[in-house]
Amino acid sequence: MPDTESLPQHAMKSLPFRTYLDRWHLSVLLVALLCAVPVLTVFSYIFQPAGEVWQHLTETVLSDYVLNSLQLIIGVSFGTLTMGITTAWITSVYKFPGRKVFQWLLLLPMALPAYIIAYTYTGMMDFSGPIQSNLREWFGWSYGEYWFPEIRSMWGATSMLSLVLYPYVYLLARAAFLEQSIVALEASRSLGAGAWKSFFKVALPMARPAIITGLSLVLMETLADYGTVQYFGISTFTTGIFRTWFGLNDSGAAAQLSTVLLIFVLILITLERISRKQARYFHTSNREKRRAHLSLSPGKAWLATLACLMPVLWGFILPFMQLSQWALETYEEMVDSEFLTLTWHSLSLAGSAAILALVIALLLAYGQRLQNTRLIRFAVRIASMGYAIPATVIAIGIMLPLAWVDNTLDSWLRSQFDVSSGLLLSGTLFALMFAYMVRFLAVSVGTVEAALGKIKHSMDDAARSLGLNPRQVLLSIHMPLMRRSLLTAILLVFVDVLKELPATLILRPFNFNTLAVRAYELASDERLADASTAALSIVIAGIIPVILLSLSINKQKT
Amino acid sequence: MAISPFKSILSSILLLSIINTQSLASTEVNVYSARKEALIKPLLKRFTKETGINVNLVTGKADALLKRLESEGRNTPADLLITTDAGRLNRALQANVLQSVQSKTLNAVIPANYREPDGYWYGLSVRARPIFYVKDKVNKADLSSYESLTEQKFKGRICIRSSNNIYNQSLIASMIAANGVAATEKWATGLVKNMARPPRGGDRDQIRAAASGQCDIAIANTYYFGAMLAGKKKKDKIAASKMALFWPNQSTRGAHVNISGAGITKHATNRDNAVRLLEFLANKDSQKWYAETNHEYPVRDDVEASDLLRSWGAFKSDAINLSILGKNNPTAVKLMDRAGWK
Repeated sequence: MPDTESLPQHAMKSLPFRTYLDRWHLSVLLVALLCAVPVLTVFSYIFQPAGEVWQHLTETVLSDYVLNSLQLIIGVSFGTLTMGITTAWITSVYKFPGRKVFQWLLLLPMALPAYIIAYTYTGMMDFSGPIQSNLREWFGWSYGEYWFPEIRSMWGATSMLSLVLYPYVYLLARAAFLEQSIVALEASRSLGAGAWKSFFKVALPMARPAIITGLSLVLMETLADYGTVQYFGISTFTTGIFRTWFGLNDSGAAAQLSTVLLIFVLILITLERISRKQARYFHTSNREKRRAHLSLSPGKAWLATLACLMPVLWGFILPFMQLSQWALETYEEMVDSEFLTLTWHSLSLAGSAAILALVIALLLAYGQRLQNTRLIRFAVRIASMGYAIPATVIAIGIMLPLAWVDNTLDSWLRSQFDVSSGLLLSGTLFALMFAYMVRFLAVSVGTVEAALGKIKHSMDDAARSLGLNPRQVLLSIHMPLMRRSLLTAILLVFVDVLKELPATLILRPFNFNTLAVRAYELASDERLADASTAALSIVIAGIIPVILLSLSINKQKT
Repeated sequence: MAISPFKSILSSILLLSIINTQSLASTEVNVYSARKEALIKPLLKRFTKETGINVNLVTGKADALLKRLESEGRNTPADLLITTDAGRLNRALQANVLQSVQSKTLNAVIPANYREPDGYWYGLSVRARPIFYVKDKVNKADLSSYESLTEQKFKGRICIRSSNNIYNQSLIASMIAANGVAATEKWATGLVKNMARPPRGGDRDQIRAAASGQCDIAIANTYYFGAMLAGKKKKDKIAASKMALFWPNQSTRGAHVNISGAGITKHATNRDNAVRLLEFLANKDSQKWYAETNHEYPVRDDVEASDLLRSWGAFKSDAINLSILGKNNPTAVKLMDRAGWK
């Protein structure tokens, strides 16, 4: 291209650029508004009077709900951070026996739905389970004569949730550790800092945004959990919401409880923001070398193996073996002609939801990067709130407005043209997809945001000054740079949707079942052994993307 | 060039709504069922085979299905709502989403206390919630009624699940109807004191806990006991065989029962098919199926229960109008909160 033309061309580009900004801006606001609809619908119930029930709640069970929920999130934070960060650091820095395998083995517990692992451990460790029964038989003990940890208790719920949720911290922390430029670590080592000091002073602070994103996902998921705590007989906010709504038949008070939960989540999200703002760490270099793994003394190397083995053993291998044993007993009856259809439904739903969530997350996160106004930031927060709301509440928040749209359109058509459109959105896969977006957008937005945050703004400026428009910057500069994080986002949503139950149960169309629905129906009918085949299939379907992901994380740039 | 985010969102939405479009012909009937798929689908398949009418099914929790029915209004595709307790059917009636059906067949075969007087809903199977005890440890003569379980001699010997569960809520609702709120609350407080452990797990877990020595008395629904006895799990079989069933309150109001049942929706488009399905579910073969497959009692007097069910003996059931259970439910939940029943 002749040199003389470059100036006017650049000037011309700046005009559509403005309208472009507006389009991003508007789309972000629109998406956020859509995602806020279910939450706002629930909010609108606040205005129903519920004084008498509130008095009852505060006098009797509310303090239990609050204290138990707090205990649970403190315990789960401790468990997931310890397991997640330790294993992420060991696997990304050191050489030890089994390192390559553990890189992906450590992710596997994520494929287990929390309520399934809870049922499985109860089956194994309960008073009437095989472990205690055998102990009693061997030693001739009877009830009350010996001590055995009670699995259906607060520590049990904390352990179950920690075991299946720590991979969120592990995954994000590990990606961050791997993306850290070797230069920073080498500098710290060459300045005389030991391994521990380099970890605490350099690596950990640099990975903090990613770790906190992981932790906030863990906490939101913990707050939204219903299956595990309900089975263990622990009254939390979530079980309280259900009890108030369906047992006391008071939707107003239930919505008010949900609102309290939401305010708590908003505080959580804000804390995450603040911490991220204080720590604006960018790549110091974008051409990183493959980091050589550091050697350990044989003793320490085996310790590292042990540290990585524990979470996998408890979080995956043991429950997997128990499920397999049950499945072997029952699979002949359970694998019928519909089983393939179930699997296909689960996989296709999870796949399309994961991709859709990624597209929306890119839109939101990049929109926010382009125009970091207070309004946009608020909109993105709102769009991510659904993750902490119990899915049943979200589902009802979706059902009501969609049915309203359908019925309003139908009435209008009937009165104007005497035709009926019936239900266009309610009870369709659209409603289901909508619910998944509202519920899981936080996962992909968080991951994409954390990744975008690590790309220096000077890159954007350079690319833009070379004539790329914002979308081109995203597609050809940012996305290739963040591709590991993008894959992480896809995987996380995929596995989440695969396991998702309450919203799927309420919103799905006729004759449409998934593996999670099948597993849950049998498990909740107390037929755990029968549920194991479907549960195992969820796990196996979840493993495949996990392995793919870890392969891609390991393919370092040369 | 890559597809823009906007277009891809739009096209996925379109695609999804196209995939889902179903043509609903008149040879169909659409069912919202709180009975789990495994406990209803075999019967529905038989119905299709016999009549050629296709059944479309969504299963879920009763409250959620009811909410869905309410929000869909007159455009609801559902023709029939199946629930597993009378309280929910009554809530549906109050929410004005059911219609009354007068079927001579149904009125003739289903006893009056198991159906709504105006035909808004019909019971299809009976589920009893008696007392189970460890044969070696409990003298049958010590047992008499639910009320007597608060006696001092049962201290630390009772297993029962959480008050979050609808079966317990219904039991308490029936006791409120019989004894009043104050007496029932006193009873619930006493029961909590007599519990061997804080409530956890499901009904089967209570029976297992008793069989393995953690407590001596359990309260559970009969069909869980039946499933343990007749199932393939050896451990459960052994556990259940250590237990015996006791029908409480036989000299007074009778043992607590609930029903699973169904009602035709107000805006049913396939009303006639739905009535046919309802009648089919109440016919002799279907009634036998409930007993043989899921160990529930048939709702009809003229259908014999399975051998297993008959081995537990005949019993007198609480003849309370089941719609009262739904009405008393919120009171029952609050009462259990106050009693400290987790």
